[in-house]
Amino acid sequence: MFDQFDALLLARFQFAFTVSFHFIFPAFSIGLASYLAVLEGLWLWTGREVYLNLFRYWLKIFALAFAMGVVSGIVMSYQFGTNWSVFSDKAGPVIGPLMAYEVMTAFFLEAGFLGIMLFGMGRVGRKLHYTATLAVAIGTFISAFWILSANSWMQTPAGYSVNEAGQFVPEDWWANIFNPSFPYRLVHTVMAAYLTTALVVGGVGAWHLLRDRTNKGARVMFSMAMGMVALVAPLQIVAGDMHGLNTLEHQPAKVMAMEGHFESHPDGAPLILFGIPDQEAGTVRYAIEIPKASSLILKHDFNAPMNGLDTVDRANWPYVPVVFWSFRIMVGLGFLMLGLGMLSLWARFRGRLFDWRPLHWLALAMGPAGFVAVIAGWVTTEVGRQPFTVYGLLKTAASASPLEAPAVAVSLLTFIVVYFIVFGAGTGYILKLMSKAPHPGETGPEPGPDHPIRTAGITPAPAVNPARTLGAEA
Amino acid sequence: MTPLLDLPTLWAFIIAFAVFAYVVMDGFDLGIGILFPFFAPGPERDSAMNSVAPVWDGNETWLVLGGGGLMAAFPLAYAIILPALYAPIIAMVLALIFRGVAFEFRWRDPGHRRYWDFAFTTGSLVATLAQGITLGALLQGIVVEERSYAGGWWDWLTPFSLLVGVSLVIGYALLGATWLIMKTEGAVQSHSFRLAVKLAPALIVCIGAVSAVTPFLNGAYYERWFDWPQVLFTAQVPLLVGLCSGMLLVGLVRRWEYWPFLLTLSLFGLCLIGLGISMFPYVVPNAVTIHEAATPQVSLRFMLVGASVLIPTILAYTGYAYWVFRGKTGHEGYH
Repeated sequence: MFDQFDALLLARFQFAFTVSFHFIFPAFSIGLASYLAVLEGLWLWTGREVYLNLFRYWLKIFALAFAMGVVSGIVMSYQFGTNWSVFSDKAGPVIGPLMAYEVMTAFFLEAGFLGIMLFGMGRVGRKLHYTATLAVAIGTFISAFWILSANSWMQTPAGYSVNEAGQFVPEDWWANIFNPSFPYRLVHTVMAAYLTTALVVGGVGAWHLLRDRTNKGARVMFSMAMGMVALVAPLQIVAGDMHGLNTLEHQPAKVMAMEGHFESHPDGAPLILFGIPDQEAGTVRYAIEIPKASSLILKHDFNAPMNGLDTVDRANWPYVPVVFWSFRIMVGLGFLMLGLGMLSLWARFRGRLFDWRPLHWLALAMGPAGFVAVIAGWVTTEVGRQPFTVYGLLKTAASASPLEAPAVAVSLLTFIVVYFIVFGAGTGYILKLMSKAPHPGETGPEPGPDHPIRTAGITPAPAVNPARTLGAEA
Repeated sequence: MTPLLDLPTLWAFIIAFAVFAYVVMDGFDLGIGILFPFFAPGPERDSAMNSVAPVWDGNETWLVLGGGGLMAAFPLAYAIILPALYAPIIAMVLALIFRGVAFEFRWRDPGHRRYWDFAFTTGSLVATLAQGITLGALLQGIVVEERSYAGGWWDWLTPFSLLVGVSLVIGYALLGATWLIMKTEGAVQSHSFRLAVKLAPALIVCIGAVSAVTPFLNGAYYERWFDWPQVLFTAQVPLLVGLCSGMLLVGLVRRWEYWPFLLTLSLFGLCLIGLGISMFPYVVPNAVTIHEAATPQVSLRFMLVGASVLIPTILAYTGYAYWVFRGKTGHEGYH
């Protein structure tokens, strides 16, 4: 039944599917953990009840998103071995330690303090609880640091030699970790996570403002989120541009695919806005282009010569149509985010932030835009570096496990079915929580320091039952 | 001649420690999942769930350290073992998805709680069975050519691997039951005692069966256990297993609350030592030693710097998190 597919293609699809699903959760939880830390910090600092209510409101959502991120992440940590064993054997000496550091510095920190963050407020007091929240937030960032370092090393390998077994051997850890594309990728990805979270929080705030513009919690979260979008969206565009220039230097073929430049342009390359790339023919059909604009953006000179894919061995071309379109989706959404941020600034300036309904509708529509942009960006960078796993050194086709197509096909189908059931249900629960308006006096996770603490040794069950203890619906 | 404790050996111990930490901590979580159907819906189940909800995530992280550490320290072993055990490994990670999300989802969706409870149990059961089968399949040997797995897709499925799988299910269930004896009171506790009294003899029989078969799986195992004079050392393991088993049975009959869990853990520890005696210095039995599989020295050294500081730190704050949630767990709060 699966004979027409080859095992390699199925293994690639399986990795793309599982990593894309996984990436959605950290993209949200990195930003949300920081937002929760800000909310709890503001509550401790100002003592204003609204911040505590918002903290509890988003904490319930965080618990769900985090659990889904953890379980989908475990799949990733084993998938390198099951489906990409040759890659693991060869690149393991370099990226294995980076991932081991991720586990030791980030995963344990997050997991160890998550229990206290979710259930422990009445048991450890405010300051220690805030420490736990900060530990979780910092843990999500450290995790991003290591995994993006490993990914960046695969994109722009540095500081290695190759031994007789064909393994990459680290020569300089500093060069491995801070490889050429890493700083740009880290900044761009972490800002993407912050934007994604800001858009979700803004969308939820907008939804509740549309229903009741006096809701204090909705006003505060909408204002904070729009401020964040207005601040980060322009910075992100600058960071993206710098990341692009870095890619041009180290992975020119990826930029050629993003730009749709099959041909070289010795005296100024056009910026192709839209068109239909034809990989076989090596051309972009029906291209709408701005002459010389691509040279201006990438080289800051109208007439700078730009090489095209015609200078690259055809066997080393990435699949252009996917990269071309995913890049345009990401950039398009980025500019829409910028527009939303600017509109919100204007509304704020006119004092209409909480009652200008078109802005709320726009923010609501843009609520999921961050996820789409993150995945599109990920597809751009990952498909764009094909056909290599370690760029220029190890081909994807030479990285896979010695697998037979039926084994990969069956596991792929199972992953698809399970992910849609489990993460579909989880997303449904998150949306259900979001559909309820934040309100004053959301029940606490536990009796706080003001209340009598129970006899030592007796855990009040609400301490371990977020639904009932943090429940806005209670 | 390699020195007694070189870097690969040290890392083999670190990873063995991560595996043991995983078994110690996630073992009882999974065991509670396996035993879940035996508890009545409502307060009994809520109480059992509450006793692990704040810590399961940290517990599961040891599995990531075990897998990630294997890739980092012994990439060749990781690259051979995981494709060889493709089906059980994939089954395990999928099962852990259901088990993990059930903690959150069952509270979010009371209308479908029994489905998520079912997912919790099935996930726990399948994950445990898959872990046991993985261990059994590794122990019975893997076909290796060059630097890759060269066996068939069903090599992992044998009576022996199934025996180890079932043994692990019984073992985790006993860990779960004795954990609940320690962490709960009233109906859940007495229910757990009844379960533990049945599970403990079953586990002892299983340990005996696996131990009896293992030395005959291949010649090297037999020699490592029975050659003179190391038999003087290896014989201590079965003797201690016997001692712990006896104490466990006595403890359960006399209704000790803390010792049954600790004694079950000791049994697991002894089994791990036994596993070490059988396998060392191989990581893939009779095919790849830890020295052949080890990543270059420079990588091992780089990781050791971090691990020597970080693992004790992790143990310290994990201990703190357990301490925060110490004592008996209730099924509901505010009365």
